Amino acid sequence: MIPELGHGAVIVGGLLAFYGAIAAAIAGRTGRTALLESAQHAALGVFGLVTFSMLLLVYAFLTFDFSVRYVALNTNLQTPYYYRITALWGALEGSIVLWAWMLALYTLIVILRHRHNARELYSWVLTTMLGVVAFFLLVMAVPAPPFERLSPIPANGRGLNPLLEDSGMITHPVALYLGFTGFTVPFAFAIAALATGRVGDRWITLTRRWTIVAWYFLSLGLLIGGWWSYHVLGWGGYWAWDPVENAAFMPWLTGTAFLHSVMIQERRRMLKLWNIGLVILTFALTLFGTFLTRSGVIASVHAFTQGSIGIFFLSFLSLVVLASLALLAWRWEALGAEGELDSVVSRESAFLLNNVLLVAATFTVFFGTVFPLLSEAVRGVKVSVGMPFFNSVNIPVFLSLIFLMGVGPLIAWRRASRDNLRRNFFWPVVAGVVSAAIFYAAGVRSTLAVLSLALTVFVTATVAVDYVRATRARLRMGESLLPAMGGLLVRHNRRYGGFAIHLGILVIAVGVTGSQAWSLHREATLKKGEAVELAGYKFQFDGLAAREASNHFVVESTFTVTNGKAHAEAMRPAKKFYPQEQSPIAHVDYRLGFMEDLYLVLGDFERDGSQATVKMQVNRMVSWIWIGGLVLTLGTVLAILPDRKKLA
Amino acid sequence: MSRKSLRWLLPAAALPILALLAYGFRVNHRDIPSPLVNRPAAPFVLTSYAGEPMSLEANKGRVVVVNFWASWCMPACYEEAPVLERNWRTYKDKGVVVLGVNIQDKPEAARKFIDQFSLTFPNALDPAGKVSIDYGVYGVPETFFIDARGRIRAKHAGAVTDTVFQREVDRLLAEPR
Repeated sequence: MIPELGHGAVIVGGLLAFYGAIAAAIAGRTGRTALLESAQHAALGVFGLVTFSMLLLVYAFLTFDFSVRYVALNTNLQTPYYYRITALWGALEGSIVLWAWMLALYTLIVILRHRHNARELYSWVLTTMLGVVAFFLLVMAVPAPPFERLSPIPANGRGLNPLLEDSGMITHPVALYLGFTGFTVPFAFAIAALATGRVGDRWITLTRRWTIVAWYFLSLGLLIGGWWSYHVLGWGGYWAWDPVENAAFMPWLTGTAFLHSVMIQERRRMLKLWNIGLVILTFALTLFGTFLTRSGVIASVHAFTQGSIGIFFLSFLSLVVLASLALLAWRWEALGAEGELDSVVSRESAFLLNNVLLVAATFTVFFGTVFPLLSEAVRGVKVSVGMPFFNSVNIPVFLSLIFLMGVGPLIAWRRASRDNLRRNFFWPVVAGVVSAAIFYAAGVRSTLAVLSLALTVFVTATVAVDYVRATRARLRMGESLLPAMGGLLVRHNRRYGGFAIHLGILVIAVGVTGSQAWSLHREATLKKGEAVELAGYKFQFDGLAAREASNHFVVESTFTVTNGKAHAEAMRPAKKFYPQEQSPIAHVDYRLGFMEDLYLVLGDFERDGSQATVKMQVNRMVSWIWIGGLVLTLGTVLAILPDRKKLA
Repeated sequence: MSRKSLRWLLPAAALPILALLAYGFRVNHRDIPSPLVNRPAAPFVLTSYAGEPMSLEANKGRVVVVNFWASWCMPACYEEAPVLERNWRTYKDKGVVVLGVNIQDKPEAARKFIDQFSLTFPNALDPAGKVSIDYGVYGVPETFFIDARGRIRAKHAGAVTDTVFQREVDRLLAEPR
């Protein structure tokens, strides 16, 4: 009964969303407020119905209702209750449910926040949002029904993919989807701007916080994904340029470009066309990501099952891209710039260059991702593009972006004078050059590492120069030090929030540089009692033990790790054997540190425990990546605080 | 074309990309025809990572499985490495040999890969890429099944599974020599 109820809620919800989208569109053309009210009620109903069906699915998981195919495939009687809840988004159908629910939630928040302050755009925003929701409900109703029955009913389920039984998997999809779905809001405003012809600054002002929030969740999703890959997969890395990682990274790149280019429109009334184009591109890339993950068109580790769902996503992607671009072409005249570029040495051009680089990076990532398909279509030949391509193309781009991160916020608008350049950049450049010399003297020989670290110092110095100068100005006004420093952050929260986010990215960049340049690894086969050394640590193999865990069998090794100090530590990398999986799953044991992590992976072993192969890694500065994520979070909070200047 | 209508090139530009994605549905990623099937396999002599000569010639009369791989090929090469090792152990006494040809790789990374999966069948770097060109390798991983008379009989693109390995090898073993 419950599955039928859930399925019914999906269908009614889908019809309601479709109705709401049409009603809002008619209201947009005719100005009939009654219809708009009706569309709002429909949106409310959609949210209720999607929530209801999602709860029913959770209920089916909690009660082990194996008559539901999705439940039977993704849990078994041994799955602990928290993974039974998160199994909701452990595979294709359920992840669409979560996606639709988030969209419905965002739609509701848009109604609450904007029904009065965006009257002219509002009905088209609602049309777009509900249209997208309707599509996802259609997917839930036809190609990927979460409540599909299984007959005969199995006595036990297959169980969640063991790799997904991890805290990172509880949060990673949620953050990522909040990011993906979040970009629907700025997209909806962009479409509304095109539909109404009001392509001025209003839609940009209204969506600034939305964009930052979506961008932040996407960043968080990417970082948590890296963390999951790092501590679960056991290869010691956090990023592999896998097609689906790329799929999440591309909207992040264009979203980042958009966050910067809107500032030029706000300030100089330029780039209207470009901004709308970027939002359309970002939203289309989020759909492309979903398409890629779920269609099986490009093989990937993340790929869900194949099926007719790919056709649905491709059709919708085509509709979105073609309709949006057609709207853009239709409003071409209104999108001309009112200002113009005065000088190459100006903040506008720094931002423009930033945008060009980000879009170029997006293009290369896109190209590398679909290249196997392209080469197969054109030449009938399959070629895969691996890490070397992505790294060699993107590293120079990212280093240039870091450089611009220092230049952009401080260089003058319109035309930078010599004095402006000297005042802002003399000391940072000195700091960068001196630090490069210091890093070189300290034994850093990789050119890339020296360059990357020196650029980081340069950018940090620009932020420091700006902050110190602004604080001094306040001190001259008679404020005391701490209130002056704190007041700056609050009063200019947008500026300093942005700076804090930049610093977060820098910390991540240092982590990436350090881990690439200085990590060490070694693999050895050890007899019981034998030890090997790596980077000043001694790893001694003490033996194996086997035990039964709730839903799997574990073979655990013990290693004593010493580093010359009196204190010795036991580390226990293991292999887990799940009944539903053919091959065992490595359980990494790791010790995180500020400058280096110890990371042990158990390889082959003798059953009697006399010998084992172990992979040892001393990974340098990986923790900086996660710390950078925290800085990013603080910066985002600061950036979206309500504007004090206006309140005062 | 007037300047005004040029703007419609914008949506039109998206069409080829969408068409390319649609083309993806027609493609079976595992099945790529090779003109080399049923032709004699190109001979090669390489030096394995264990320092020994590794050649096709030396294995005449046996069923040879030639696997092209690289350590940067995630995840397919990582998925198939244990499969190859497992089947090599099962079949090596039945007149089957597995040869790993490591392409476009750094020796250090490749050695790490070999250690990681404790591969015991011979693996060698293809330093100039000559062998992979001779075999028309498109991407990694690709696996060629060569019969006892030295002819390529089947080609598999993507990670080899137990089913594929056993199906192809059993078929070639069943043939009269």
